Amino acid sequence: MTVAAEPALSAPAERLRERLASAPGGLRAEVADRDLPTIEVAPEAWPALARYLRDDPGCRYDLFLDLCGVDNLKRPGQKTRFEAVVHLHSLSRNEHVRVRVPLPNSDKPSLPSVSDVYPAANWFEREAYDLYGFDFPGHPNLHRLLCHDAFVGHPLRKDYAPGQRWFFAEEDLRMPAWSKDTDVRAGHFETQTISIGPSHPATHGIIHLVARLDGERIVRAETMIGYLHRCFEKMAEKHHWNQIIPYTDRLNYVSAMINGVGYVRTVEKMLGVEVPERGRLVRTILSEFTRIMDHCVCIGANLVDIGALTSFVYLYQNRENVYDLLEACCGARLTVSYVRVGGLAVDVPDDFVARCRGLLESIPKLLDDVEKLVNNNRVVRSRLSGTGVVTKEQAVAWGMTGPMLRASGVPYDVRQARPYDFYDRFDWDVAMARDGDNFARYLVRLEEMRQSLKIIRQALEILPAKGPVNSDDWRVVLPPKDAVYHDMESLIYHFKLVMEGVRAPAGERYEWIEGANGELGYYAVSDGRGGPYRLKVRPPCFPNMAAFEHMVVGGTVSDAIATLGTLNIIAGELDR
Amino acid sequence: MNSPASKSALPAHPAAKAGGGAGEFLVTRLEEMVSWARKNSLWPFPFATACCGIEFMAVAAAHYDIARFGSEVMRFSPRQADLLIVAGTVTDKMAPVLRKIYDQMPEPKWVISMGVCASSGGFYRAYHVTQGIDEIVPVDVYVPGCPPTPEELIHAILELQKKIASGEKSRDGRSKKFAAEQTS
Repeated sequence: MTVAAEPALSAPAERLRERLASAPGGLRAEVADRDLPTIEVAPEAWPALARYLRDDPGCRYDLFLDLCGVDNLKRPGQKTRFEAVVHLHSLSRNEHVRVRVPLPNSDKPSLPSVSDVYPAANWFEREAYDLYGFDFPGHPNLHRLLCHDAFVGHPLRKDYAPGQRWFFAEEDLRMPAWSKDTDVRAGHFETQTISIGPSHPATHGIIHLVARLDGERIVRAETMIGYLHRCFEKMAEKHHWNQIIPYTDRLNYVSAMINGVGYVRTVEKMLGVEVPERGRLVRTILSEFTRIMDHCVCIGANLVDIGALTSFVYLYQNRENVYDLLEACCGARLTVSYVRVGGLAVDVPDDFVARCRGLLESIPKLLDDVEKLVNNNRVVRSRLSGTGVVTKEQAVAWGMTGPMLRASGVPYDVRQARPYDFYDRFDWDVAMARDGDNFARYLVRLEEMRQSLKIIRQALEILPAKGPVNSDDWRVVLPPKDAVYHDMESLIYHFKLVMEGVRAPAGERYEWIEGANGELGYYAVSDGRGGPYRLKVRPPCFPNMAAFEHMVVGGTVSDAIATLGTLNIIAGELDR
Repeated sequence: MNSPASKSALPAHPAAKAGGGAGEFLVTRLEEMVSWARKNSLWPFPFATACCGIEFMAVAAAHYDIARFGSEVMRFSPRQADLLIVAGTVTDKMAPVLRKIYDQMPEPKWVISMGVCASSGGFYRAYHVTQGIDEIVPVDVYVPGCPPTPEELIHAILELQKKIASGEKSRDGRSKKFAAEQTS
C-alpha cells in the first residue's frame, strides 16, 4: 500500500529550496529533508518567509495548521534552547511543510507575530506565549490562553514541575479591556457587555464568550478558553508511548477511537512498524463508526440548543448502538483505549462482522428519521440557514479544516488528499457544500455519516476473517502471554516493554489523519527513550473556535448559539 | 390529604411503633413525607465539563432515561436545582465557577461527583487540575469510573435517594477538608 506524500520526499524539498533561492530580496532559509520538507529560518526573517510561502504561486502554503514551542533544555546537541515549529499546508498543491525557528537564548525568547499574515496564527501564538513564554512582538492580544490568569511561569518548559499549581480566585479573571468601558453612540441606548459561559447550557463543555451587545446584536466579542486545560502535553512527556493512549482518548472524547488511531500511527511511523491488514481495517471500521457517533452528538446537541429535542433522542440511540459494538471489542463505551502501538489491544469478538452489519442496517433508518424531522422544518431552517456564514477565503485564512472547511466549498479531506490505511481503495465521496452557513455544515455532517457507512460496508467486504491484528515485532508489541510464561526471550521483551516502553528512535515526526472535526495532527519529538520528549496535538477545533469571535459579530445572540453548535467544539480537544 | 401515611407509598416511621407523643409523631411524619418527595424529584444541575458529560447525556437520553428516577428536569440555573452533578474534570480556572454555582443553589442541596477526575483529579495529576472537587464543595456521593457507566450514575442517584430518605441533612457549605481542619 502506498501513501501518497511519503515516498521521494526529496523532490518537494529540492523544489522548495529552488523557490526560496529565487525569492525577491533573498530569503535566508535552509531547507532540509525530514519526514516533511523542513525550512529553518531565523526569527527576524520569519514574517517575510511566511508571507512568501503564502503568496508565491510556486508555494501557496495557504492553510496555517499549527505552531508550537519546543524546549531543548534536556535534549543536548540542539542549536538553541527554544525553538518554534510551524506546520503549513498547501491546498492547491496538497503538500505539508514544516518551518523551524530556533530562538536565540534568552529568558524571554522572541519571534515576530505572523497573525497579520495568517489570522489562524493568532491563538497558536497566544498558546506558545502561555505555555513556553515566547514573546510575539506585533501580536494584537498577547495574553494567556489556556492557563488561568493567576498562573506563574510557563508550564511546558522542561524546568517547570508538572504538579505545581497556583491558586486562582474569581477576581483574578482577566476580562477583555474593551469590556469595561461603556460605549454610547448617538441614537442608541447604551450597549451592554455580557458573559455567555463558562457554565452555560449551550456552551458544549466550558467556553466563555464575552460579548458586547447593541440591543440584540453582537458588536464585539472575545472568546476565552482554557477552562478544561488538563495539561495533556505535559502529562505525555511523563509517560511511555503506550501509556499515553488513554490520554489521547480524552482529547476529543466524543470520537475517542480516531484520536488513538492518529496517535499510534505517528509512533508507528517513527518506529517503522507495519500493522497487519486486518488490524488496520478494524481500526478503519471503528474509526468510521466513531465519526458517525461524533456527528450524531454534534447535530443532536445543536438541535437541542435551538429547541428541537426529539431528534437528539433519535441520534443518541445511534450512539448507544455503536457503544454496544465498542463495548464488545474492548469493554469500554466512550473512552475505548483500544489501539496499541503496533496494532490493537485485543482481537475483535467473533461476532464482530455480524454486529457491524446490524449497525449498517439500523443507522440509516435513524438518519432518515432525523432528516424527515429536520430538513424541511421551518424553525430549523430559519435558525440555521444564512447564519454563521464563513466564506471560502475566511475558512482558509482562519485555518479551518474538516466539515467546517468543506461546508464552505473547499474539498480538503485528509482521507482523500493523503489516503492512509485503505481509504484509496474504497469508493466514496467527500461531502461538500457551498453556502458556508450553519445549515450547510449540518448537511455536510449528515452526508458524511452516509459516506462513512459506505466505507464501512466496503471495509467489511475485504476484512480477512482470520489473521493477526498486531505486528509480530516483539520490540514493539507485547508477545503472547503463553510465550511469556514459557520462553525466556519473550519474557525479556515483555519486561522491557512494560518497564521501559517502546523505544522510538530519536527524531521528529508529524502525522495527520482526518479527525471528526478536521485535520488531527500529532507532532512528536523523541530523544530515543521510552516516551516522547515533546508531543503536540494539532487540535482541529482550536482554529475553528478561534474564528468564532469574528463569526458572531453582526449577528444576534441566538445566532451565536446556533453557530457554536455547528462548530462542534469539544473542550477536551480545544483546551487539551 | 387524608392519610399521607397510607401504607403503600410511605414507610412507617419507627416513632409510630414506639408510640411517641402525638405532636412529635406528626412532625416526624411530615419530615419524612418531605424527604420522600424530595428524593423522587431531584432537579439536577448538570455541571458537565468533559467526557463524563457525554455519559451524562447518555443517562438523560432514551436508552437509560433518568426520568424513571424522577430526575429528568435538568435546570441550567442553579437557583432552580437541588442536585449538582459535577461530571468531568474541574480545572483551577473553573474552580471558582463551580463554587459560585454551588453557593447559588438554595438549600437543601446535594452534590454527586461523577468520575475520578471530579473525585480526585484522576490521572491528571497536573499543574492546572483541581485534585478533587471536595477541595471546593462538599460531596454526597462519589462515583468511580473514567467515565462511569450510566448504570453507575443511576446507582449514585439511588444511593443519594436513600440518603435523603433517611432524613440525613445536606451538609453545610464547608468542604470536607475545611471541616476536618476546623475540628482538629
